[in-house]
Amino acid sequence: MNKFLKGAMIVGLSAAMVGCSSNTASDDSDSKNESLSGTITAAGSSALKPLVDVAAEQFSNENPDVSITVDAGGSGEGLKQVADKTVTLGNSDVAAEEKLDKDQAKDLVDHQVCVVTMAPIVNKDVGVKDLTKQQLIDIFTGKTTNWKDVGGPDEDIVLVTRPTSSGTRATFQKYALDGNEEASNASMETDDSGVLLQNVTDTRGAIGYVALSYLVDNDDVDTVAIDGVEPTLENTYSGDYKVWTFEHMYTNGEPDKATKAFLDYIMGEKFGKKMESLGYGVSSKMEKTDH
Amino acid sequence: MSRKSMFCKEYFWQILVTIGGLLVIFVTLLIGAFLVYKGSDTFFKFHHTLGEFLGSANWAPMDNASSKGHVGALIFIVGSLCVCGLALLIATPFALGSSIFMTEISPKFGEKFYRPMVEIFAGIPSVVYGWVGLTVLIPFLKKVFDLQVGHSVLAASLVLSIMIFPSITSVASDAIRAVSKETRMAAYGLGSTRWQTIYRVVIPAALPGVISGIVLGLARAFGEALAVAMVIGQTTALPKSIFSTSKTLTTEIAAQMGNAMEGGEMKAALWTMALLLFLISLLFITIIHKFSKPKGE
Repeated sequence: MNKFLKGAMIVGLSAAMVGCSSNTASDDSDSKNESLSGTITAAGSSALKPLVDVAAEQFSNENPDVSITVDAGGSGEGLKQVADKTVTLGNSDVAAEEKLDKDQAKDLVDHQVCVVTMAPIVNKDVGVKDLTKQQLIDIFTGKTTNWKDVGGPDEDIVLVTRPTSSGTRATFQKYALDGNEEASNASMETDDSGVLLQNVTDTRGAIGYVALSYLVDNDDVDTVAIDGVEPTLENTYSGDYKVWTFEHMYTNGEPDKATKAFLDYIMGEKFGKKMESLGYGVSSKMEKTDH
Repeated sequence: MSRKSMFCKEYFWQILVTIGGLLVIFVTLLIGAFLVYKGSDTFFKFHHTLGEFLGSANWAPMDNASSKGHVGALIFIVGSLCVCGLALLIATPFALGSSIFMTEISPKFGEKFYRPMVEIFAGIPSVVYGWVGLTVLIPFLKKVFDLQVGHSVLAASLVLSIMIFPSITSVASDAIRAVSKETRMAAYGLGSTRWQTIYRVVIPAALPGVISGIVLGLARAFGEALAVAMVIGQTTALPKSIFSTSKTLTTEIAAQMGNAMEGGEMKAALWTMALLLFLISLLFITIIHKFSKPKGE
């Protein structure tokens, strides 16, 4: 009796687990025009999540039969889950090849939904508005430790960064620091760009970096121009400002109808305006697509 | 008929309780086995030595499947030990003092008012402690010690000490209350003052329970990630003083796990750190069991 019940419970539990991981199939039998239906699940990059949330809400308003859930969890998690088919869409700051085996990545289809521009930010009291790339590299690698060496007040430089596995950090390191490794042993890491922004705002002499989307309507920190080029969407489009990356939404194989409609919606002209007002760049406006 | 239903009832509940019990054991063993399975990758798949993991401060695991990185977790181990040790040093005197106060000095007030307060204290979620630490404690430390950065080992210890204070207090006060009345009467009968009774008789008699409380507090401190992460100013460096920023085992796992690549060296190293935490808590539980074992009748 005991054994039987225990066995039954285990079977029940595993059935529930299987159920959890296979609920992503959305029906594609519906062929009537305009009436999309299905379930879209997305997970991954926390930098991209705010945008996908807004898109999901507006898309659901127009297509009430499509239900969309968006989770964060990090780029690695998003890629893994879409490779396992646990979610329909895997959001990532980096290309799938960088975080997955070749085997796992080969079925994934990349959709470059938007452009994210990263800007160096400093605490208001620093007063430095422009740094050369070399100065920036020296600061983040720990060579320059006082603001007076780069035209600021006599004050220690406090580095506020992201963890080594963060996509924001990878992008900043690659394009702003020319691949030089940040001084991990001298920088305060923050799990989240929002917290980073708060720390730079609150700490004298602090420097960090966030995506432009975090700086919309934010007047508490100063952005820093690199070699005289301001970190703005316009400069990103024209190719003058280099610290940007495509945000990826991966599907496993070609997307089904509802998912395709959702991706088209995000990349469409109408949502593009909203996207720019949130601080993200529209992929199709990029004049140069490589750095 | 009623006889049969009685038996049914009897067996139904017995089976239910047995299943519940077995399930708990099963899940615990499963988690342990899973951590061993995941955590051993560092050593077998990526060929790092246990000595490197525990003894090196060179933390630079690759976020891919190569094994070219370094997985020295010493920074996090030392960080955890410093923060928790300091938190314990701060919290224990207060916790002991208040448990003595609410059982010996002012039992009525203690029972009606003080104990419920401490219990509410224990129920506040850690994110609240972390947030209050970030918005109140950090600026305070900056001002008082004239620091540029308020995030520090000290800030993390202070937040943790407030968090573990109620756990230690409630277990310690239970232990003190459990000391028999006869023991106290005997002490008074021999002419002890109240203070002499407390520190020569009651505290030694309650010591195993008090130590259990302290270890329980330590275990909670070790496992806390969120509140610590918010105020420690996560820096991959060994703490040089109580004002330097550092990292603990839990904060590093929480910070990296979402972005790290599945099956990569970093993820494996993080799982090994999780395994280490599991073993540490196992150690604490063993210590508690050793101390709280009832002495021979």
